[in-house]
Amino acid sequence: MANDSIEIKVCLGTSGSAAGGEEVLRLFKHHVQEQGVEARVGRRCSPSKVGCRGFCSKDVLVDVILDGSKTTYQLVTPNMVERIVLEHVIDGKPIAEWTVKEEYASFHAKQHKIVLGPCGEIDPESIDDYIAMRGYRAARKAITQMKPEEVIGQVITSGLRGRGGSGFGTGEKWRVCRGAPGDVKYAVCNIGEVNRPLAEGNPHAIIEGLLVGGYAIGAAKGFLYIRERYHRSVERLSIALEQARERGFVGRNIFGTGFDFEMEFSFGTEAFICGEETALMESIEGKRAMPRVRPPFPAYAGLWGRPTVINNAETFSNIPLIIGMGGEWFSKIGTATSKGTKVFTLSGKVRNNGLVEIPMGMPFREIVYGIGGGIEGDKTLKGIQVGGPSGGIIPTSMLDMGLDYEHLARVGSIVGSGGMVVFDEDDCIVNVAKFYLEFLQRESCGKCVPCRIGTKRMSELLTKITEGKGEENDLRTMERLAGVMATTSLCGLGRTAPNPFLTSFNHFRDEYLAHIREKKCPAGVCTALITFSVLAEKCKACGLCKRACPAGAITGAPKQPHVIDPEKCVKCGACYRACKFKAIKKA
Amino acid sequence: MNETTERVLNKLLDQHRREQGNLISLLQRIQDTFGHIAEEYVDWFAEKLDVPASKFFGVITFYPKFRTRPMGKNTITVCCGAACHIKGADKLLDAAKEALGLTGDEDTTKDLAFTLQKATCIGACSVAPVVILNKQVHSAMDPVKVTKLVKGYEREEFLGYL
Repeated sequence: MANDSIEIKVCLGTSGSAAGGEEVLRLFKHHVQEQGVEARVGRRCSPSKVGCRGFCSKDVLVDVILDGSKTTYQLVTPNMVERIVLEHVIDGKPIAEWTVKEEYASFHAKQHKIVLGPCGEIDPESIDDYIAMRGYRAARKAITQMKPEEVIGQVITSGLRGRGGSGFGTGEKWRVCRGAPGDVKYAVCNIGEVNRPLAEGNPHAIIEGLLVGGYAIGAAKGFLYIRERYHRSVERLSIALEQARERGFVGRNIFGTGFDFEMEFSFGTEAFICGEETALMESIEGKRAMPRVRPPFPAYAGLWGRPTVINNAETFSNIPLIIGMGGEWFSKIGTATSKGTKVFTLSGKVRNNGLVEIPMGMPFREIVYGIGGGIEGDKTLKGIQVGGPSGGIIPTSMLDMGLDYEHLARVGSIVGSGGMVVFDEDDCIVNVAKFYLEFLQRESCGKCVPCRIGTKRMSELLTKITEGKGEENDLRTMERLAGVMATTSLCGLGRTAPNPFLTSFNHFRDEYLAHIREKKCPAGVCTALITFSVLAEKCKACGLCKRACPAGAITGAPKQPHVIDPEKCVKCGACYRACKFKAIKKA
Repeated sequence: MNETTERVLNKLLDQHRREQGNLISLLQRIQDTFGHIAEEYVDWFAEKLDVPASKFFGVITFYPKFRTRPMGKNTITVCCGAACHIKGADKLLDAAKEALGLTGDEDTTKDLAFTLQKATCIGACSVAPVVILNKQVHSAMDPVKVTKLVKGYEREEFLGYL
């Protein structure tokens, strides 16, 4: 990467490639060659792919870096490529109407990208790109200059806590495992769905982190546990692992120190329970993924009964930074007890959907309005789901709360894996809680009674409420159930399963009561509780609704207001969406 | 069971023994080879390995990815994670079902051209709702696009841009 070369970087993360990134990259390569760009401008120019840079709603994003100045184009389609090559790359005139707008800057302004830094800058399939930005230097430093205890000491100083589930101190976990008796130890990296952008944007950081972890605890083998269906992540990680092995970063006698560390994939399946560490180990061993009773903790007796450390890919991605920059440096980011940054996907009804990294402790208001750019279509924010299905729903009254382990625990939620879903006035909270409980019921492994039966009964009661058959007594039953599940379930899945109900019920009591007492769904989502009718004064008798109706429930002569037959109506909402005059009333 | 099948099973068994694989990797291999895991294969392996068939079925029924029924040539997966859910994943599922002519709890078309699946979360939340056709992720979908995607793919016809 010489300074005077022209760089063209095409986003090829999951979203970039879904938007047609592969074709865009192919065309850039084609036109650069076709136009003889390198000969005409006398500089090297090679279009390359990069991982996700976050602003997914405007993909395909393309960076053109010319004379050190970077121009980013958004929503690039194949037919825009030729003009960009001709006018910008060759003639040096950026095409202003296609470049990113202010929201691209405001989306990134408040973020603090340390883990995601290289994503979107380097080619994830090139180890040289990673090494050029000082990759594997931290591993070299740790393995050649530091004792394992010193590595663990730095991680403890950093204050890094697990980014997956419970937020246990990473250094502490490593220290216990290092001290556990036994010659054979294992290090496992769990790559969940939210870690996909890391695996696709900067896979070498995960490998380097796992390598350092293996060295610190004294393991000779590491596992990359990943769901098979994440094709692109698997592909990029396999390439990275192969390259690391070729360079001697993985295998025998690493950095000439005599330290041996092997790494292999273990392909998991898409079962939510596999995120629980003991269930994950059962799955690696080839069994039904049912959690084990703890103690003994995995740090003493994990995979095949050997001491094992399990961390997720985001946790491991932080390790090279901590070793390279020092635990002290890392501990200055974040709050007193939650250090570093958190990566998550911002999704739902927020204007700027995308992949985000913020310092721990940032208030939700800043995330939603600063980074997210507010709510789509100027609707009103209702709540924010954090921590995945077993997290909790944060109401608007708590927008000024910071995102960190302590604050979230206090409101009955968890930092969790890192999905953040924003709900607006059109989302029914009871329906959302029902959705999560149904999911958790399906994913419950069935080993312990409180979780197996508790999730079933809870989703049944929530369904009953959304169907307008709920009674106030049901709410008390659910609260009691929640208490039993939270205290007596075997693993984290069961213990946190009542969270979606408890947090939503605590903050949105009125909405639950409206469903039960008035048999109304204020958001107009629960089909059993809504009716569609035509507002005669607004109806222009255009017939659009009549044509859209799949049930033949709408009748009306030309120039006469149309009528919906409530007996025939299947409440699909097709008429509501079809009407251009807002003449269909949903209540 | 015919001879060819038995030969294939024997090959899988050898590989399994050589690599000292576990139950999941064996089942994965059977499924990769045949597209699904039929009861007769399980019984065959249970006997050869002296492992109760119930152990196999325990694992098969635990993981949603293992199938006991034949799989279609193409797979269409509708993501039903939270972000996709609130953006109407259930409507996409209905549209796909209708386009494929599936009724009730059928998940595969009679001609074995398509299998329709639900995924929990595939982590593409920022471009929700998504549908995955074979390996390609399609972002920001709506029922009309799903219908075009399925029908156009099936007949290899151009039914408008996606």
